[in-house]
Amino acid sequence: MLEIKNLVAEIEGKRILDGLSLTVHDGETAAIMGPNGSGKSTLSYIIAGKEDYEILDGEILLDGENILEMEASERAAAGVFLAFQYPLEIPGVATMTFLKAALNAQRRAREETELTTPEFMKAVQDAAAKLEIPRDMLKRALNVGFSGGEKKRMEILQMALLQPRMCILDETDSGLDIDALRIVSEGVNALKSDKRSFLVITHYQRLLNYIVPDTVHVMANGKIMRSGGKELAEELEANGYADYKAQEAA
Amino acid sequence: MAEVATLKTPAETALADLFARSKSLLPGDARSREDAFHRFAEKGLPHRRVEEWKYTDLRALMREIAPLAEKPSEAGVARALSVESVFAAAEPATIAFVDGHLATADAMPAGVTAVPLAVALAQGHPLLSKLGAVSDAEGNAAYALNAAFMTDGVVLHVTGAVDRRVALRFVTAGAQPVATATRVLVVVEPGAAISLLETHESPHGVAHQPNSVVEFVVGDRAKVAHVRLNANGDKALALSTLTAHLGGEVAFGSRNVVAGSAVSRHQVWMTFAGADSRGAVRGATMLSGDQHADTTLVVNHKATGCESRELFKHAIDGRGTGVFQGRINVARGAQKTDGQMMSAAVLLSEEGTMNNKPELEIFADDVQCAHGATCGELDDDLLFYLMARGLPRPEAEALLIESFLGEAVEEGLDDEVVGEALMGVVEAWLAARG
Amino acid sequence: MPAVQETIDRVKAIDVDQYKYGFETILEVDKAPKGLSEDIIRFISAKKGEPSWMLDWRLDAYKRWQTMKEPNWARGSYDVIDYNDIYYYAAPKLNAAPKSLDEVDPEILKAYEKLGIPLREQEVLAGVEPANRVAVDAVFDSVSVATTFKKELAEAGVIFCSISEAIREHPELVRKYLGTVVPVTDNFFATLNAAVFTDGTFVYVPKGVRCPMELSTYFRINEKNTGQFERTLIIADEGSYVSYLEGCTAPQRDENQLHAAVVELIALDDAEIKYSTVQNWYPGDANGKGGIYNFVTKRGDCRGKNSIITWTQVETGSAITWKYPSCILRGDGSRGEFYSIAVSNGMQQVDSGTKMIHLGKNTTSRIISKGISAGRSENTYRGLVSAHRKASGARNFTNCDSLLIGDQCGAHTVPYIESKNASAVFEHEATTSKISEDQLFYCMQRGLDEEEATALIVNGFVKDVIQKLPMEFAVEAQKLIAISLEGSVG
Repeated sequence: MLEIKNLVAEIEGKRILDGLSLTVHDGETAAIMGPNGSGKSTLSYIIAGKEDYEILDGEILLDGENILEMEASERAAAGVFLAFQYPLEIPGVATMTFLKAALNAQRRAREETELTTPEFMKAVQDAAAKLEIPRDMLKRALNVGFSGGEKKRMEILQMALLQPRMCILDETDSGLDIDALRIVSEGVNALKSDKRSFLVITHYQRLLNYIVPDTVHVMANGKIMRSGGKELAEELEANGYADYKAQEAA
Repeated sequence: MAEVATLKTPAETALADLFARSKSLLPGDARSREDAFHRFAEKGLPHRRVEEWKYTDLRALMREIAPLAEKPSEAGVARALSVESVFAAAEPATIAFVDGHLATADAMPAGVTAVPLAVALAQGHPLLSKLGAVSDAEGNAAYALNAAFMTDGVVLHVTGAVDRRVALRFVTAGAQPVATATRVLVVVEPGAAISLLETHESPHGVAHQPNSVVEFVVGDRAKVAHVRLNANGDKALALSTLTAHLGGEVAFGSRNVVAGSAVSRHQVWMTFAGADSRGAVRGATMLSGDQHADTTLVVNHKATGCESRELFKHAIDGRGTGVFQGRINVARGAQKTDGQMMSAAVLLSEEGTMNNKPELEIFADDVQCAHGATCGELDDDLLFYLMARGLPRPEAEALLIESFLGEAVEEGLDDEVVGEALMGVVEAWLAARG
Repeated sequence: MPAVQETIDRVKAIDVDQYKYGFETILEVDKAPKGLSEDIIRFISAKKGEPSWMLDWRLDAYKRWQTMKEPNWARGSYDVIDYNDIYYYAAPKLNAAPKSLDEVDPEILKAYEKLGIPLREQEVLAGVEPANRVAVDAVFDSVSVATTFKKELAEAGVIFCSISEAIREHPELVRKYLGTVVPVTDNFFATLNAAVFTDGTFVYVPKGVRCPMELSTYFRINEKNTGQFERTLIIADEGSYVSYLEGCTAPQRDENQLHAAVVELIALDDAEIKYSTVQNWYPGDANGKGGIYNFVTKRGDCRGKNSIITWTQVETGSAITWKYPSCILRGDGSRGEFYSIAVSNGMQQVDSGTKMIHLGKNTTSRIISKGISAGRSENTYRGLVSAHRKASGARNFTNCDSLLIGDQCGAHTVPYIESKNASAVFEHEATTSKISEDQLFYCMQRGLDEEEATALIVNGFVKDVIQKLPMEFAVEAQKLIAISLEGSVG
């Protein structure tokens, strides 16, 4: 599914990714953990196609095809979805309008027929019900005045609706209370399939109790320092990132 | 325009005569004074059809021209300064001017030197080249008249972090109306810091015409806290101009409290010439009777990453008229500018007037600029709440007005003693209101 | 930031090729000689078959106009207008007053067809709900060529016709109201208009009548070197209601053409007038060559108690626009509203806003202005809110937001707020911002391309105003905004 080879990236002359390599297979749920400032969020932005970064070396392959030259919208149509750590507010644009515009733009790009309004409404309402998103929230301007938990649920709703193949969750647990965490995790787990992969970025092991990973990668200094199974997350929870920070200082 | 020259009002003619009589007696280069007077005379006294003076028609308000004040006698100085300064509790090093002439001066604290302006003009002091650093003011009538007539003032050169407040006290005395023109130049070297207090006083019942200009030229990383109080008498016509030319990473703050004058106009030009500076300009105006007070402010963002904050409050009683004109200019290329301007007024009587004109002029796209303006009466609900708690109406009103003005008077002022002194002025005004 | 850079590059490359209404219709035309004189005014008046009081009114205006100076106060620069190099009257050769559309030159009908404006009632009727029907007055250069649904409107008592016809057929109404809101000598361009106005729309809605359909006028400048000076007069009598929309287009030409209209609205007790404008005159090319000078005077008089006047405008066209649709809130409890979207691109100069003059007690006003500047354009909001001594309980809320696309344009806000009444409460707020890179990236991550993402965000920005337009025009307006910004948004 996703293959990152020796990725080197900078922003304003500062190196953020320094030869990072990572593979996520079809149907796999991979977690990336690491200390603050290790470049985790940067990695998610670069995969999704944010233009602020300078890519000096390396490749990102989606099903064998290099996506680095593609625009963010083209990557989205190809199946890359990023659940933002801080979802953006768009004043004046009703959530429903936004969802329809996004879904149909992707379908157009993939040369699929656009959904009719009744089909679309049904798809949204089904997904919203599962995430306990009330109907009036869909009529409000996207993310404007939403609580932190509501914004995160809205991200997962978009994921459910857009049916991406490669889902990246950037610190989705941040700012969530225990009930919201449960709802969001159930939403994600319901989407798991052997055709869909997840890359879960988190600082804490807590989220991984709900979204159980197949593999865990530890990121520091802009690269993957160590990889293992889900037990690696528990080890990190017990010992912290001290070992990796020490290397950083060295 | 040629036709203006032929349409001279008696006041304009009187000013021309006054200038012709006085110019040879005034210190310094007569040529530059003539140039300045010429700049004034070209357009004459500004009137309501001149956009920047739309709400303060100087042609109508300045029909009589007072003679230029003469240097007072020692006894006159002693009499004029016998009243304790509002800022006495702040124990500043004070330079006092009576009738536009240097009267007394304390020794300056370390980090600052003072040269009387009359001396500096006569000598051709090198720092005088910094006058007019904010060129936008040049064609302005009040500024040009000051440049033509200025008698005295001071050049402050701030070279270090000054740990004692410096006060400039301007008193116009006497029972017959006189005009004064004073000029202060404050050059703050990079990294230096100063807290400057400025008061303007004159007796009630006399139509004095003080015209003051204070110019700041602030070097990189310097800090300036400036407080000005207009405590002129109830018949005075007071014109004042403040210019500030700011380098990079400067922290500049200026506030003006208007508690006197029949007519006052305070003009501010603040220019951000270096990156990443912060500038804050505040003002509080209290009006009653037939008082008219105008604050006209232009903030020029010419460098990147600067932040400006402007806050003005007017409390208007009687038949008072308040004017606020404020403009934030963001030049092309001044990206990451953050400019915010707020003007709020309460009308306390049936006959007050407030004119607000807050403007934005933006030529760069990556900026955040906002302005707000409100006008209304005291909040009925709050008034009722306070009265329900047992406060009589006048006290309840006073409390609300005090808190309304307080935001512009003492908030953000990192100086409790000065803040208290200013709030004392507000309380005195409220007490007089009854 | 590369995305912004790209946007700017495209803005620079913008051409007004996207102006979809730039075609010209070739017709046989009846013209007065170029230039302005008493004779020309007599010619126009005679062509219109006007009574002598109207001619006298025009001649008086002309005399006064000759003593006036062209204003030069708005932020704007343009070449001097030679008032003697303009045709003041140009009319397609018609049979005297066509009785039906069959008598109208098919070329003109084609022009309106191209503009998407239905003039044939049966076409309008096909498959449209009666409530959504729109009656149209079509003004082509100096004359009204057709007015639809007149008969049905007449049954409801509504007079909807060209102003020339009203002067002939309803002189008592015209004389009573014409020039009472915008006096003859109000300003240079209004006075010129009073002297030379050629046509425009007249509406009278009688007491208690709710106008059964939307009324609209489509103005089309077609002839070269022709000024368009239309005059519109709308009177809503006690307790009546009318919603009116005007649309404007012109051919793409290298020369500048002057459009100096006057619109007067009068709302009597408890009456309501909604006036919407979609202004899409030719804006000139990328270098500022050509385009319409749109110098118009629009004013509404809330003469009666509890009357309401609402101005809604979507301004995308014209090389220069000076326009301040205003409300005089004379009647106690009356209400004025102004909702505006002004889009400028290329070299356009827009200077627009409103005046809300609070005279009566408990009068309220609301101003929502959204300015979008792109290219090398200048976009200014200029407005006045004032409360006079007797305007107790006056309320105003003003919100002016500006959005900048690219760093070569300008956005300005010049509000005047004057209160002489303590119980008047005025609130004003204004902001300036740009579309954030983060918002764009977020939308693009969801699959929208940059142009779609920008259009979506801009639509959100203007939504409060779009909602105020009649339904059938809201969609049109949104499209128009997108077209106007094409090229500036990737």
